[in-house]
Amino acid sequence: MVRFLLRRVLQGVVVLWLITMAVFALFYIAPNDVARTLAGRQASPETIALISHRLGLDQPIWKQYLDFVWRALHGDLGYDYYHQVPVTTIMGAALPVTASLVLGAAVIWVGLGVTNGVLSAVRPRSVTDRSLTVFSLFFYSMPSFLLGLVLLYFLYYQLTLHGLAVLPAGGYSPLAGGLGTWLQHLLLPWFTLALVQAATYTRLTRGSMLDVLGEDYVRTARSKGISERRVVVRHALRSALTPVVTQFGIDVAGLLGGAIVTEQVFSLPGLGKTAVDAINQQDLPVIIGIVLFASTAVVVANIAVDAVYAVLDPRVRLH
Amino acid sequence: MALLEVRDLHVEFDTPDGVVHAVRGLSFDVERGSTLAVVGESGSGKSVATQTITGLTRGARVTGSAVFDGTELLGASEETLRAVRGARIGMIFQDPLSSLHPYYTVGWQVAEMIRAHDRTVTRAMARERAAELLSLVGIPRARRRVDDYPHQFSGGMRQRVMIAMAVALDPALLIADEPTTALDVTVQAQVLEVMQQLQDRFGTAIVLITHDLGVVAEMADEVVVMYAGRAMEVAPRRELFYHPHHPYSEGLLRSLPSRGEPGSRLVPVPGAPPSLLDPPQGCPFRPRCPHAFADCHDQPPLRPVGGSPDHLSACWLPPSRGTTTGEVPAPAARELQEAP
Ligand SMILES: Nc1ncnc2c1ncn2[C@@H]1O[C@H](COP(=O)(O)OP(=O)(O)OP(=O)(O)O)[C@@H](O)[C@H]1O
Ligand code: SF4
Ligand SMILES: [Mg+2]
Repeated sequence: MVRFLLRRVLQGVVVLWLITMAVFALFYIAPNDVARTLAGRQASPETIALISHRLGLDQPIWKQYLDFVWRALHGDLGYDYYHQVPVTTIMGAALPVTASLVLGAAVIWVGLGVTNGVLSAVRPRSVTDRSLTVFSLFFYSMPSFLLGLVLLYFLYYQLTLHGLAVLPAGGYSPLAGGLGTWLQHLLLPWFTLALVQAATYTRLTRGSMLDVLGEDYVRTARSKGISERRVVVRHALRSALTPVVTQFGIDVAGLLGGAIVTEQVFSLPGLGKTAVDAINQQDLPVIIGIVLFASTAVVVANIAVDAVYAVLDPRVRLH
Repeated sequence: MALLEVRDLHVEFDTPDGVVHAVRGLSFDVERGSTLAVVGESGSGKSVATQTITGLTRGARVTGSAVFDGTELLGASEETLRAVRGARIGMIFQDPLSSLHPYYTVGWQVAEMIRAHDRTVTRAMARERAAELLSLVGIPRARRRVDDYPHQFSGGMRQRVMIAMAVALDPALLIADEPTTALDVTVQAQVLEVMQQLQDRFGTAIVLITHDLGVVAEMADEVVVMYAGRAMEVAPRRELFYHPHHPYSEGLLRSLPSRGEPGSRLVPVPGAPPSLLDPPQGCPFRPRCPHAFADCHDQPPLRPVGGSPDHLSACWLPPSRGTTTGEVPAPAARELQEAP
């Protein structure tokens, strides 16, 4: 098992290395003036000269690349000339917002998706199954910006209009500023993100459960005279969760790089919104930082998923 | 009264192609402490029939009666069935690898059976008992192996684990659905021996589903020959081997492989079994029967034939046929002589 995970980690390192090369090539070996690009549109010639020197643009390419990687490894993702702060400062402010949004929503969508999937699979083609399918497809086919706006219209606008100003129109309030206001600001974004995601998890869990419920070992479990609930949860769901874990890893990692639409709709200053703003402002160092962070998140999530497999499945663990 | 009395069992499935009538009027008895072998071609309804009795067939229409130790099981509450399953009727299946949960240790799986029916047993006690059971069915170093996972065992050892689990609560009946089909020839005999020993020791009755007449010769007291969801012939083992009455049984016996190649599947008589969606009128074996005659357009009932009163056959041929011909297919005779 250790060897299996080690191999995965090595693969991850290689992938990250390729990504740094690609990012470096894209942004640094560009045909235009790198220093000017990095500095942003309104930079003065002095700033550009300073950046040229700081980045060692007079050095050979390989030296520049090594410096770039070396700095990134030490948590130095460069300097945001547009806002006059290090890129890590910008990202450090945005990450807790995105993390709060994504992890909170993840709890909801996994809970909802897996529960609904199991309920559907236990009685396939029943009224419950069909209603849950319709419910899922409804949210699945709904764009999240629309869902966000609908939620805002009813639960913010209409409630406020009727004197029930419980939920804010948007924005973020850090957890340190109080649990209540943190929840208030995140409730609608969570459900916007989670309802759309939950649909996928319902379908995934349902399919996977239907497969597993036909397995011989589920029949064995029933032949032992244990309760149907235990058969479904301990025997069937335990195995059926494997594809769910994979999907979960991919989704969380992908969203950690920025839940762009949801963050935009609710004006949450997370990584997604920061990235969009940076692109609009041609604020390259921030874009590079977020790209590197997002790819690292995906690579790490993949390794984590494999580790979870090993925990779940003794055939992987003891191999 | 017999331990299990099945009467006129019918099982139907609704499928997109129509109603599959998998079991159509099956009756048989299992006596306490004895072995009933159920033989028949693939699709004849052996598994469906036995699994229906313990309520494991899902989404089927079931009629008839199955009285186990004085309790009617068909239509019984889930609670009643759960109390019987595992505790009073143990089951083992064809493929021991897929029948054991890959994510749990064998000890856990055996212990779960014990604790499912007696919550006063502690985890530690159940685990201890599991180790004893594994050792009882002949798993070497059982105490060390309770914490191993199914994939760490060989096929034969896995089936021993299944047996240990099935007999954990000393059930009155063990239903073994082709327990050796997925195993190597040499291992098959060992697994059968384990079952035989448990029966001798605890007086467990066994319903043994098999394709292998060699296994029947070795294990069975009584035999039910199934065809298209019905019993074609019910007879004591010797009676069936020496005086088969039904042409289908005859075909099976004639196809018995010689001693050198046991375990081969039954392909007894030319032709294929009838469709369960739209079965022919009259005797279901008629399209393949070399002796078919005019009467066979009516369905023959299961009736006593031959010398022994518990020898029944569903065939219109004269009852004396089995006894008078006295003709024993050579391979069958050999099997019987070598059987214990
Ligand atoms: N859930 C189900 N839905 C529809 N048809 C079914 C179902 N289960 C079994 N059948 C059908 O019932 C018939 C009898 O199946 P069964 O498994 O009892 O045969 P079998 O005698 O055990 O055969 P084998 O020797 O291959 O195990 C088959 O034709 C099968 O296709
Ligand atoms: S009833 Fe007729 S067709 Fe059926 S087995 Fe007997 S002889 Fe053959
Ligand atoms: Mg079968």
